[in-house]
Amino acid sequence: MSELNRLTIAEAQKGMAEGKFSSVELTQSCVDAMQARADLGAYITPTPDAALEAAAEADKKRASGDEGALLGIPLGIKDLFCTEGVQTTAASRILQGFKPTYESTVTSNLLRDGAVFLGKLNLDEFAMGSSNTTSYYGNVVNPWQSSDKPDMALVPGGSSGGSASAVAARLCLGATGTDTGGSIRQPAAFCGITGLKPTYGRCSRWGVVAFASSLDQAGPMARSVEDCGIMLGSMAGYDPMDTTSVDTAVPDYTAELGAGVKGLKIGIPREYRVEGMPEEVEKLWMETADQLRDQGAEIIDISLPHTHSALPAYYIVAPAEASSNLARYDGVRYGYRADAPEGLPEFSSLEEMYATTRGEGFGQEVQRRIMIGAYVLSAGFYDAYYNKARRVRSLIARDFTEAFGQVDAILTPTTPSPAFGITEEPSGVEMYMNDVFTVPASMAGIPGISVPVGLSKDGLPLGVQLLGKPFEEVGLLRVAQAVENAAGFTATPQLMA
Amino acid sequence: MAQTIKGQTGEWEIVIGMEVHAQVLSESKLFSGASTTFGKAPNHNVALVDAALPGMLPVLNEECVRQAVRSGLGIKAEINLYSVFDRKNYFYADLPQGYQISQLYHPIVGEGELTIDMEDGESRVIGIERIHLEQDAGKSIHDQDPHRSFIDLNRTGVALMEIVSKPDLRGGDEASAYMTKLRSILRYLGTCDGNMEQGSMRADVNVSVRPVGSTELGTRTETKNVNSVRFIRQTVEYEARRQVEVLESGGTVVQETRLYDPAKGETRSMRSKEEAHDYRYFPDPDLLPLQLDQAFVDAIASDIPELPDEKRARFEAEYGLSTYDAGVLVAEKETGDFFEAVAKGRDAKLAANWVMGELFGALNKAGVELANSPVSADALGGLIEAIASDTISGRTAKDVFATMFETGKSADTIIDEQGLKQISDEGSIEAALDEIIAANPAQVEKAKENPKLKGWFVGQVMKATGGQANPGVVNKLINQKLG
Amino acid sequence: MSITRETVEQAARLARLTVAEEDKDRLAGELSAILGFVEQLDAINTDDVEPLTSVVGATARMRKDAVNAGDYPERVLANAPDRVTDFYAVPKVVE
Ligand SMILES: [Mg+2]
Ligand SMILES: [Zn+2]
Repeated sequence: MSELNRLTIAEAQKGMAEGKFSSVELTQSCVDAMQARADLGAYITPTPDAALEAAAEADKKRASGDEGALLGIPLGIKDLFCTEGVQTTAASRILQGFKPTYESTVTSNLLRDGAVFLGKLNLDEFAMGSSNTTSYYGNVVNPWQSSDKPDMALVPGGSSGGSASAVAARLCLGATGTDTGGSIRQPAAFCGITGLKPTYGRCSRWGVVAFASSLDQAGPMARSVEDCGIMLGSMAGYDPMDTTSVDTAVPDYTAELGAGVKGLKIGIPREYRVEGMPEEVEKLWMETADQLRDQGAEIIDISLPHTHSALPAYYIVAPAEASSNLARYDGVRYGYRADAPEGLPEFSSLEEMYATTRGEGFGQEVQRRIMIGAYVLSAGFYDAYYNKARRVRSLIARDFTEAFGQVDAILTPTTPSPAFGITEEPSGVEMYMNDVFTVPASMAGIPGISVPVGLSKDGLPLGVQLLGKPFEEVGLLRVAQAVENAAGFTATPQLMA
Repeated sequence: MAQTIKGQTGEWEIVIGMEVHAQVLSESKLFSGASTTFGKAPNHNVALVDAALPGMLPVLNEECVRQAVRSGLGIKAEINLYSVFDRKNYFYADLPQGYQISQLYHPIVGEGELTIDMEDGESRVIGIERIHLEQDAGKSIHDQDPHRSFIDLNRTGVALMEIVSKPDLRGGDEASAYMTKLRSILRYLGTCDGNMEQGSMRADVNVSVRPVGSTELGTRTETKNVNSVRFIRQTVEYEARRQVEVLESGGTVVQETRLYDPAKGETRSMRSKEEAHDYRYFPDPDLLPLQLDQAFVDAIASDIPELPDEKRARFEAEYGLSTYDAGVLVAEKETGDFFEAVAKGRDAKLAANWVMGELFGALNKAGVELANSPVSADALGGLIEAIASDTISGRTAKDVFATMFETGKSADTIIDEQGLKQISDEGSIEAALDEIIAANPAQVEKAKENPKLKGWFVGQVMKATGGQANPGVVNKLINQKLG
Repeated sequence: MSITRETVEQAARLARLTVAEEDKDRLAGELSAILGFVEQLDAINTDDVEPLTSVVGATARMRKDAVNAGDYPERVLANAPDRVTDFYAVPKVVE
């Protein structure tokens, strides 16, 4: 029983249904794993006691005939989802100690279906980052190690780095993530797991700390395509509290798994061949295409001409929205409030309290993005930056609409490189390049999934990304599973529990 | 004050534009399900989204949209089927989100107009630029603690309509007439209660002056949140005089935000809040653009009540009232309704006189609202019937009314109880007159020579009948008998 | 577009962020690099292209006018850093 934490969600469901083990045993194995691998920094707030209680409750429910889709399955929750009574920080000092009096819709849905929450997972502060090194609560470490430099701690990617690291290291069976420009797919690729960003509007944003409202989307991160499908079935749904959530029925996302790709058309966008991309990335991408062709898919070269405009447009839209979304963190109603200056009993003004609280409460990357956002929206620049970016966004969306006139899914690499060392982290714009392949789908609002397909020459996982038509996650998962099967990715990380 | 002001160097024209914030009548807030009730305990009418808790999202209230459309139709404005909510970003203690959701680029209501009625009977059409929907802010309380301000978010997120006029107004009278008329229309429509003391309507008054004959606009100042019709007039008068003084002494008017001080009747600069206004408007990504269909608007249009201008025209035509009287009666919907209830099937002119004269006078004196009038429309109608049927004289009627107002009794009851019924029966009046004539032959002779002395006989008859003789009948009989 | 120290100060003031003196030059450099990067969009022809307002091609959904939230001051005030009775308290606001 010691390795229950290594099961997939589907396997665990089966085992519990067959009475082979209980949720308490399964949850205990995850709790043990969390303690054993606390050094990864994956959790900001572990809640083992509450988890074991919930597991016992789930076992009782099962005994009385309940069969919730996730009954008794232990999951980690990205600390961007508000959870009632459990500290929710967004990895920021400014939300230190904040205990929501409400539960996000997505986590409510998971609880409704019987899931057990192990705790709140680390992330980049306010989900801003691609390396999980901007968290106020410390870096997250990738459980994979490079064969070249085994002593070097690697980044798990970001912003859902805690989620990816925890799933990869077997500290939970699955985790929630959020994706604004690649924050599910990129860390999934870096950590050798599967991560799905659904169509914008598929999962409710209610109760999820906002980064960039027009881009943010919650999604599942797990160790198989099937598990992602199971989780999405629970997370997704129309929510009257989020008017950007779309009122369409939630299908069975596992319905078409195993149907193969025979007769499907898969697009290979030529613009994703970027300069300086390691050969191994290109090689795995092409091998995946070949495997799909072998299974009967038609591989078609396509063009997404505005691919390279997506990243610069993103770095206008996302900071602009973020600068406004983060204005509410002012030390008045919740979270951190700075102390008055040394030697003074109080602030001289409200303005001073705001600026000091925000200056101390937000980390550097967040402050940079807030300032960029304020700048591009400021008088005289709005049209040149923000509206220009919105127009470019229309072009990007149009590219995909046209492409999906020809193909059923699009295949690309997820990232231009495997995970890098925490100390080797590129800075500034170079760092942003990590998201070059994931951002276009975010800008267009279409679904994308990263599937691990192989290892780099240094033994680090690499993923490919599949993009699909809006609200056609069922078909996307079907193609993703064909890729998963063909790749047969079974490698496990060195720092696994 | 007139439309112009005389300075040392010449005559200046006073140009005014107004932005009126009117609180939308709705049960719940613009983007949340919290109540809009006035006067609740602090932070009780606050939903999680109103306090801008992390992850909370706005959901648009359909009734607020309907109310804005209704208001737009009431000022004959273009309704924009496509509108967008924008964020106006700034920091303030009672603005929890750090932005106000408003409509800058695509307001829900476009250009319209409003006719103002001046006391001299003149009317002018004032252009309206737009109406947009936006959130109200909360309240900061500064006088409870020496070092801290207290924040109450009960009003945060209540729907406001911002109604923006063109700079078409001239002088304090027009500015206050504009507010009065706008308030009247919104109250007729039921889109705003017009309760200015509670802040349901408040105006930002933009004032500038220019030499008469000039067509260029001068630099304006904006006096914020003026919350009574009288204060609007005072703001305009004070600001115009101040600006003329500045300009005539060689200075320039600074474009700035000012505050009206009701205690002093002055405006003063609010420069502290002025620094670096850069609201960084952009479309709120939490809210999709609002696309209405024409049927939605048509359904509202089919339900618009008769508004004051139409009602006044109808009162003139239907009841033969003067423009002025009709105008007074329609200013408040309640007054117009009251009048119609009194006038229905009765002498309308008499009804108008009694409503505007005796009733308004008594209510005013007693400080009572029409809604709480001790004399109901029906009761007043009863009194008017008694006058019209010659049951009582106009003079007696005033006494009867006073008693009605005091006791709430009907006119008939009072007339019966006090025996005030007028005697119009010629036989009994003639008998009394004959007796007086018989007893005073000398007076009869004198009166025949000098008809002015007939008045003495009128007095005697009234005395003999306890004041109840119909004066018309008395006069007629005296004229017959004393030739 | 090269960002100066003054622009950094202005953006920081708009965003209500205290920025240390010694960080201003660094920030000016970083913000300039980001703006330099995004300005490659200038090369893209967007004449006749409408700005994208939402990827969800739908109109705003509206709710019925009903009171179904509020009247729970504890849920609203639970996390207040400074609170007096049912008010939030902040340093004195100078009007
Ligand atoms: Mg204004
Ligand atoms: Zn306004």
